[in-house]
Amino acid sequence: MKPMPPTDNQDAQGAVDAPLYVARKKVYPQSVRGTFRTLKWTFMALALGVYYLLPFVRWDRGPNAPDQAVLVDFPNRRFYFFFIEIWPQEVYYLTGLLIMAAMVLFLMNALAGRVWCGYMCPQTVWTDLFYAVERLIEGDRRDRMILDKQGWTLNKVGERVTKHALWLLIAWWTGGAWVLYFSDAPTLVGQLLRGQAPFSAYLWIGILTATTYVFAGHMREQVCVYMCPWPRIQAALTDEWALNVTYRHDRGEPRMSVKEAKKVEAAGDRAGDCIDCLQCVAVCPTGIDIRDGAQLECIQCGLCIDACNRIMDKVGRPRGLIAYDNDMNMARREEGKAEVYRPIRSRTLIYAGIIVFVAGLMAVTLFNRTTAGIAVIHDRNPLFVTLQNGSIRNGYTARLINKELQPRHYAISVEGIDGAWVEAVGVPPDLNGHPIVAVRPDTTQEVRLLVHTPAGSDLAESTPITFRIRDVKTGEEDTVSDNFKAPAK
Amino acid sequence: MAKKEVDAISGVETTGHEWDGLKELNNPLPRWWVLTFYICIAWSIVYWVLMPAWPLVSDYTHGIRNHSQRTVVAEEVAALEAARAGNAAALVDADLQTIKSSQDLLQFAMANGRAAFGDNCAPCHGTGATGFTGYPNLNDDEWLWGGTLDDISQTIHYGIRSGHDEARTGDMLAFGRDELLDRDQIRDVASYVVSLSGGSPAEGADIANGETVFADNCAACHGEDAKGMQELGAPNLTDNIWLYGGSIETVMETITNGRGGVMPAWTGRLDEATIKSLAVYVHSLGGGQ
Repeated sequence: MKPMPPTDNQDAQGAVDAPLYVARKKVYPQSVRGTFRTLKWTFMALALGVYYLLPFVRWDRGPNAPDQAVLVDFPNRRFYFFFIEIWPQEVYYLTGLLIMAAMVLFLMNALAGRVWCGYMCPQTVWTDLFYAVERLIEGDRRDRMILDKQGWTLNKVGERVTKHALWLLIAWWTGGAWVLYFSDAPTLVGQLLRGQAPFSAYLWIGILTATTYVFAGHMREQVCVYMCPWPRIQAALTDEWALNVTYRHDRGEPRMSVKEAKKVEAAGDRAGDCIDCLQCVAVCPTGIDIRDGAQLECIQCGLCIDACNRIMDKVGRPRGLIAYDNDMNMARREEGKAEVYRPIRSRTLIYAGIIVFVAGLMAVTLFNRTTAGIAVIHDRNPLFVTLQNGSIRNGYTARLINKELQPRHYAISVEGIDGAWVEAVGVPPDLNGHPIVAVRPDTTQEVRLLVHTPAGSDLAESTPITFRIRDVKTGEEDTVSDNFKAPAK
Repeated sequence: MAKKEVDAISGVETTGHEWDGLKELNNPLPRWWVLTFYICIAWSIVYWVLMPAWPLVSDYTHGIRNHSQRTVVAEEVAALEAARAGNAAALVDADLQTIKSSQDLLQFAMANGRAAFGDNCAPCHGTGATGFTGYPNLNDDEWLWGGTLDDISQTIHYGIRSGHDEARTGDMLAFGRDELLDRDQIRDVASYVVSLSGGSPAEGADIANGETVFADNCAACHGEDAKGMQELGAPNLTDNIWLYGGSIETVMETITNGRGGVMPAWTGRLDEATIKSLAVYVHSLGGGQ
């Protein structure tokens, strides 16, 4: 393919005539020390520590359930989280969690911009980790730039092989930890070591090794810039009050070297605090210049703040040329007014309110969760059966639910038609005529129910009835409504 | 081929095709697309070698994996049977009452029985086992030949008038056709029978005479109280359930021409586990005794 002829971005008519694809400019972030770097290291250690070790945490649930604290048990269709156990039909707890997650994101965004992107997003955490490995093997920014430019030497090959091997090891460990959430961790580790794990385990380890290695090792900031929807959504969520990593141009401009600044100030003109050292650019993991203002590529990790603060210390100017701030305060300072910060405002209160409400709702439903349940389906064919004495019988398939980790016995009764009684196929009734069905721990039991009405009952074509189960030991009850069908008159 | 023509603005060769002065640029395909295309071609060759691909006159190329959907199905069926073998063996060993009172065996037998019923019994008895005229409803509590687990099992095994040595047999004679009763007697006895379950008798019928005719001709099988006799498959005539219909016309037709429904013997056609499952399933439909 022939290269496009060199043209300016736009012609006289305003039509864009540039390549649609811009080749990536490789980013070589420089190491930096400071408050935000320490914060990022701390959060990385916490997040990765939890991620890699949580599957090994045990939680005793007695003999009828697994003892892994956090377990997604697909074969048995259960989700365990410490004292919480969720059945598939209770997936609305996940909905609640997702609503809360969204609201927490919104709230963080309204308070301090892209906190998630800068410190918490897995893409950020793993990319940061991979950069740390790269720095360890190949050296800092300048060394890596030189290494990329030079030809292949034995040393370069060695460094590259070591780096990719370490990356792959971390990526493999990441995938390996992931599958441990779906099976008993110690058992699965043993199986993996002996090469006897199920195929799906290897498959998922392979997939996650590949995604981790590619995303964190190779695609890095491109995931944020091109793939992730969050930077776009974030732009719509921010407001004039939200704090963002900001270059205070009111203080920084006009930028000039220290020497030049002395000259300018001697002449009685104003010089900005920015000395144009480009340290903020050098440390940036997405390779941008924060001094260009808020931009989509900025993940707001705060590393430029650290870099700039160190320089300001060296040149003896106050810290905070780059800081969490907003445009409004910049404008106010320029007008000579006092800065205004308002973290508590209607937007943040509403987000916080929704979080508290959803969390409360979930807590209430969780602690009032019923552990006994019944669901019934009326026979479709026949809808009813007329017996010898003229009485009518309806058949139902019932599913009895026991969410407790102990076996239980339910007495079944039916209400809604005078004299109607229920029979469970294969189950003897108790003294009161109610069948008592045993249901094993943490499972469901299907049972066929036959409802009889006395001969000569005056029945409509369809009469609402209610099935009631009662735990014979604890008295816990559940009911379900259905209809009793009879021939048309 | 025409001389290569290069577009002046983009510097790209054109295809020479022109529409109203617009010329098509001959840009190369994107590399990823071309690569995918070649990979597909390479894959298709691998596929020919591995899998059945080309039709021949009376056969086809089998490929070195010798793959066949038929074999796959056969293997899956075999695997399913193997998976069920434990429960099926338990069914064969257990007696019907044990199956009925064990939660696990009952559940397996019901599922197994439901499937077998749909495959084998539904054509006559209906998918819901509600029967048709002449084919009994298996949901209700009226049983021609008995509604206990063992009775049902016996019926399924050997059938009714099936020709099997152990088959259940019993005859409802053609009283009219064979001139055992005359038309008036048939009208009277039919009216008597219909009146037992509150039906409307024929016009001008002598019900008292009908009762006498019944005692003389019918009571031997249907019993003096007309409540039937399961040993002979003689139905209870006093209830609301009628196999062929309870109107006076139908009952007269039944007495005139007789009845004799047939059910095939299933022993030898279905295995023991399936027959047991069917017996338990039918018994569990609700009418089982």
